[in-house]
Amino acid sequence: MNETPPLPPPGATAPGLKIRIFGIGNAGLNVLAQLSGAEIPLDVFTAVDVDGESLNRATAPERIQLGTGPFKGMGTGGDPERGRALVEDQVERARALCHGQDVVFLVAGLGGGVGSGVTPILARAAKESGALVLCFVFSPFLCEGTRRQRFARESLAELKGIADGVVCLPNQHVFKLIDNRTTLLDTFRLTNGLLADALRGVWRLLMHKGLIEIHFADLAAVLRESQSECCFAVAEATGANRVETVLRNLFTHPILVESDSAGEAATALISLIAGPDLTMAEVNRVMSEVSGRYSSAQIIMGAAIGDDFKDRLSVTLLVSHKTESGEVENPTPVPESGKAPALSTVPRISQDFFPSNPALTPDRLTFVRGQDRPQPRAGQSTTKLRQAQLSLDIVSKGRFEKSEPTLHKGEDLDVPTYVRRGLAFN
Amino acid sequence: MSDPDNIIVGLEIGTSKVCAVVGDIGGEGALNIVGLGQARSGGVRKGEIVDASLAEEAVRQAIVEAEQMADVEIRSVYLGVTGGHLRGFNNRGVHPIVSADREITEQDVKDVIKNAKAINLPAQNHVVCAIRQHFTVDDQSGITNPVGMLGARVEVDVHVVHGNLNRLQNAIRTVKGLQVEVEDIVFNGLASALALLSNEQKELGSLIIDIGGGTTEYVVYANGIIKHTGVLAVGGDHVSNDLAYGLKLRLSRAEQVKIEHGASLLEDSARGLTVTLNTELATPSKTLNLEHLRMIMSVRLEEIFQLILQDLEQADALKYVRAGVFLCGGCARTPLLAQLAERVFQVPVSIGKTNSISGLKSALDQPEFATAIGLVKFGSFQQRRRSARASIKQGLKDTFGQFFKRG
Repeated sequence: MNETPPLPPPGATAPGLKIRIFGIGNAGLNVLAQLSGAEIPLDVFTAVDVDGESLNRATAPERIQLGTGPFKGMGTGGDPERGRALVEDQVERARALCHGQDVVFLVAGLGGGVGSGVTPILARAAKESGALVLCFVFSPFLCEGTRRQRFARESLAELKGIADGVVCLPNQHVFKLIDNRTTLLDTFRLTNGLLADALRGVWRLLMHKGLIEIHFADLAAVLRESQSECCFAVAEATGANRVETVLRNLFTHPILVESDSAGEAATALISLIAGPDLTMAEVNRVMSEVSGRYSSAQIIMGAAIGDDFKDRLSVTLLVSHKTESGEVENPTPVPESGKAPALSTVPRISQDFFPSNPALTPDRLTFVRGQDRPQPRAGQSTTKLRQAQLSLDIVSKGRFEKSEPTLHKGEDLDVPTYVRRGLAFN
Repeated sequence: MSDPDNIIVGLEIGTSKVCAVVGDIGGEGALNIVGLGQARSGGVRKGEIVDASLAEEAVRQAIVEAEQMADVEIRSVYLGVTGGHLRGFNNRGVHPIVSADREITEQDVKDVIKNAKAINLPAQNHVVCAIRQHFTVDDQSGITNPVGMLGARVEVDVHVVHGNLNRLQNAIRTVKGLQVEVEDIVFNGLASALALLSNEQKELGSLIIDIGGGTTEYVVYANGIIKHTGVLAVGGDHVSNDLAYGLKLRLSRAEQVKIEHGASLLEDSARGLTVTLNTELATPSKTLNLEHLRMIMSVRLEEIFQLILQDLEQADALKYVRAGVFLCGGCARTPLLAQLAERVFQVPVSIGKTNSISGLKSALDQPEFATAIGLVKFGSFQQRRRSARASIKQGLKDTFGQFFKRG
């Protein structure tokens, strides 16, 4: 694929919301392959990769091939810097694709050259065009080596600063779900499936006309504040006992189990979709279970009836955490995008553009690619100065320092209660 | 002095103290407490042994003291166990009656209990105790003894407390290292409940909260059976630790301040007051704000009650608590604790009294001895049961037949 003229807003699916899904790199394309088919129409997909072969196999109608022009056919060699350099001349196109979209999903596997390098740039481009940006990413298996781990960590931190929400599935967690005989293919299919489920869950949440509606603004509210990691679970069941099954699957979901500390959750968003046979008792059961578990969180619920969900019950749970350290973790300063009116329900006025990355001349690109140094970031000058705050996490546990911590719903009960509750002495 | 077979010893290895209580079953089967030994505990954190040699020394002291006081030789003990790893849940066993006349026999009862105890536990876990609740015969529930009744199917509910075997073994090995046998291990909360509750209170529905040094155990009794048990690895140590941290005191000082000036509620009369601490030479060294002290304590203690309340609500056991809440354990001495608990649970709360036992009454009627006394009581039921079994097998109908040896 070469340069194509800027696209008309694709004939998006549902009334109101326009969604675009980018699959980035090999892992991203694989997830797209699992997503396509039912429910999600093909024309929202965009495939981004450096490898022409796999792009040709992709089902997505829109394809962005990296490394066109002077760098045609050159890979990234596992280096995110090269990934960044290769995507520079495609940013405009990506922005055109994102233009007018309400939500942009980015799906990628972090750690490699394309996933780690390209995803943050596309996230920024999408953000700048005013969409709500959600990233669904893998982080690599531990056995893939420290280099890839480091790249993944860095770009995850960067993504957290840019995107409105990041759902990260550490591949390592999948070991809990597989045994010694599970083949490599099956394992990848499983991880891809988990991420695809998560994405599909959000899709349903946005696209199904709800009885008890979760508005787009609610999702935005959950994500906007946090700019942080969300954890996520989707479960589906059929039959008479479906509520119990769904709840069990939901709370034993590998993403939730690993990254969830229910006590620290700030917001929990739950959405039920079922056929017309959904009963109030079922809704109540699910809700009471969730609100019991996330007692300290603000809970937003939605329920929808899908005609194709006969006898099925599908529950999506999205939990965002309070992260005070979130901004400290984020090494790259990010333009103050939180204030953009982008996420409100009123029609968007895209006046809030940020200075785009400076166009790179091929000479400049060669220079950048020759150096293995971080490329100077655009927009750096727009960051506000912020009063630094000392972290307060040096609460000593006194005599319990060495004993096993007493954890209750993610809270460490050994830490004095008044500290956890933030009571101040006058 | 007394027949060694009639001597029953309860041993509790607590986080703050080790306590051994010696009971003597008299001629009429009445239990009499004849000795008490206690020692300051060492090497125990949150109810579990972290330094075996220190703990062994404390156990030795307590046992020796009890032996001297009761003038007996202690050969075996009933050992109380606790810890955050203990879990309680209810399980149900089913057994069909196959005999032609459909009469339920002793054997059927044994079989159904065996089925109820066949629980799928993690490999490293061990059942501490399995307590029989009620039988159900052909959907007729609430039957205490089904032997001789007619039916096609008998079911039984048991309450099972289980925990990590290795961690349970630590306490047992410490005792065995002193050449003292362990007759049985008992969940501390169960022992406290036995010591404090009358039959009427068990019927009506009571909640016993034993707030010790390192752990808090709680048990719900209703309709004469145990409905729910739980352990929180939070106790008086945490209160002291919070004070040490919040008021910037040494731990030992914090402990002392807690005992001398502590209370569970922040009363209006305490606002704005200060407390002056003295050094050993009686010169003032530090001034503390009483309001801060009370606030730190009250939020911690209230949190403990709130966590218990939440757990009971989740287990749907709260509705059974009608006769009230009974507090015991060292922390129960904290002034105003009952008022605090009343605010949280909204039922009458009192400090538990070990009324149902005779002997060194004034010395023993302290909340912190409830567990050890309960252990003796538990032992006496076992003993009585054993001798009853030796003579005639039937007639095993006293209320306490519900405890059977763990399998």
